[in-house]
Amino acid sequence: MLVMISSENVIEVKDLVKKFGGFTANDRLTFDVKKGEIFGFLGANGAGKTTAIRILCGLLEPTSGEIKVAGFDGYTQRNKIKSNIGYMSQRFSLYEDLTVKENIRLFGGIYGLSSKQIKTRTAQLLDSLDMHEQADWLISALPLGWKQRLAFSVAMVHNPKIVFLDEPTGGVDPITRRKFWEMIYNVAKSGTTVFVTTHYMDEAEYCDEVCILVDGVIEALDTPQNLKSKFDSATMDEVFVKLARKKVNN
Amino acid sequence: MIPINISELSKTYGKVKALNNLSLAVNDGELFGLIGPDGAGKTTLMRIITSLILPDSGTAEVFGLDSTKEYRKIRSIVGYMPGRFSLYSDLTVQENLEFFAGVFGTTIKENYYLIQDIYEHLEPFRDRPAGKLSGGMKQKLALSCALIHKPKLLLLDEPTTGVDAVSRREFWEMLRKLKSEGITILVSTAYMDEASLCDSIALMQNGIVLGKDTPKSLVEKYQNDIFSVKHPDSYKLLNFLRTKDFAQSAFLFGQEIHLSVIKNTLQKDELNNILETAGFVNAESELITATVEDSFMLLMGKEDNN
Repeated sequence: MLVMISSENVIEVKDLVKKFGGFTANDRLTFDVKKGEIFGFLGANGAGKTTAIRILCGLLEPTSGEIKVAGFDGYTQRNKIKSNIGYMSQRFSLYEDLTVKENIRLFGGIYGLSSKQIKTRTAQLLDSLDMHEQADWLISALPLGWKQRLAFSVAMVHNPKIVFLDEPTGGVDPITRRKFWEMIYNVAKSGTTVFVTTHYMDEAEYCDEVCILVDGVIEALDTPQNLKSKFDSATMDEVFVKLARKKVNN
Repeated sequence: MIPINISELSKTYGKVKALNNLSLAVNDGELFGLIGPDGAGKTTLMRIITSLILPDSGTAEVFGLDSTKEYRKIRSIVGYMPGRFSLYSDLTVQENLEFFAGVFGTTIKENYYLIQDIYEHLEPFRDRPAGKLSGGMKQKLALSCALIHKPKLLLLDEPTTGVDAVSRREFWEMLRKLKSEGITILVSTAYMDEASLCDSIALMQNGIVLGKDTPKSLVEKYQNDIFSVKHPDSYKLLNFLRTKDFAQSAFLFGQEIHLSVIKNTLQKDELNNILETAGFVNAESELITATVEDSFMLLMGKEDNN
């Protein structure tokens, strides 16, 4: 992918450390993420991805280091961070027994949108999803791929600067998976930063920049193109395999 | 008697047809993959084979034993690792293994050779409650427990979901070893790239089998030509290709685009000319063999059009 031209950082992390007792989950992480960038956050199970994401989302206080997300401090302004980001997990956090419209309204309300704003946003989202006809359907009646796209839209109901996607494509069929990445691409192109984790290494190729975490430490941080030439690999899968088991464990 | 013989199996949950008149056979000693997304019916199929649920109609036979009438016999000869961790969280690693050995009337010692490679990783944690293990360790323990009675047939429901690319590789190496011990294995996955590691596969979606074969013959049967096309601005190229009449489909595959066209309707030189004229100066294209994922996507599209 071509890197978007922007110099504005929406995430700034310097020497982030998180310890749980004697265990260091994140060890001096340093990276920036720019506006409109698709930032891939990769690592083996247990490498410390979830801990770092929880800190970046304001859910967990770091042990030390400087963290700024959407311009807010990772220690003192965690609630500000929460209201200025979007988050979507693999288990889409939609309410199955509410309708499409009700879900949008609920999340709009949670993020403090006015009734008027919610109305406008609902129309916009239904437009872009092409789901006006299904507006009054229960979530439980929607096919998986639609749920996934709706969950993504709901995570963006308050127009956040950054959206965090935690393994958003697990278990979906190959066409839906690709359509979802086309949606990610369009969101990034319109200026929203996308911070994404995945176990599909072909998806790592779609990121502007990739960060690979190994045992709590950043082992690689660069564009997919540069990483492939640096590690003399044809694909990101090869890069990942070379790095992720550097300090063999498990 | 073949390990699995499924005939015209249907199962409905309310309005949802989880399995729709599905037939399938798994041969002795095979490592057989059920490949498909969530909701394809993979779990339902496995639960019927293991006799845990009853089909609405059709039959499932395991080594000639009927899954509804002879379920007791089936249960003693199959090992089943469900998608969700279902060992006893408050029992230790060792206690779980002893429990499963005991239930099946055997001992850890008797079949230890089968799980040795896997269990060695767990040995340092033998006194830890199973609920306190890491994801990878839980998986290894679950596999050990499913194997301890030396089953003739092993069923694994999405063992690699949520598992990183490297650990997935290691897991498949373990399956290869078990296969060489003569155990027939049925494994389900949503990862298309794992299909090539199986002896035979069935592509599943919406309760039906889209195609079944060896991975090699399946991709050979791909009826279109596929070009791999590369350009630094792949999205721009993708959108361009989709406007073309010759494109049956165009999708991103990592850094490449797979362009599917009707056989022998487009030459490489022709394509290169079109790309160059459109301003994609440094585009590279190449006629390639389809992958299982390409096949799945083609078959999926066909089913949707029916």
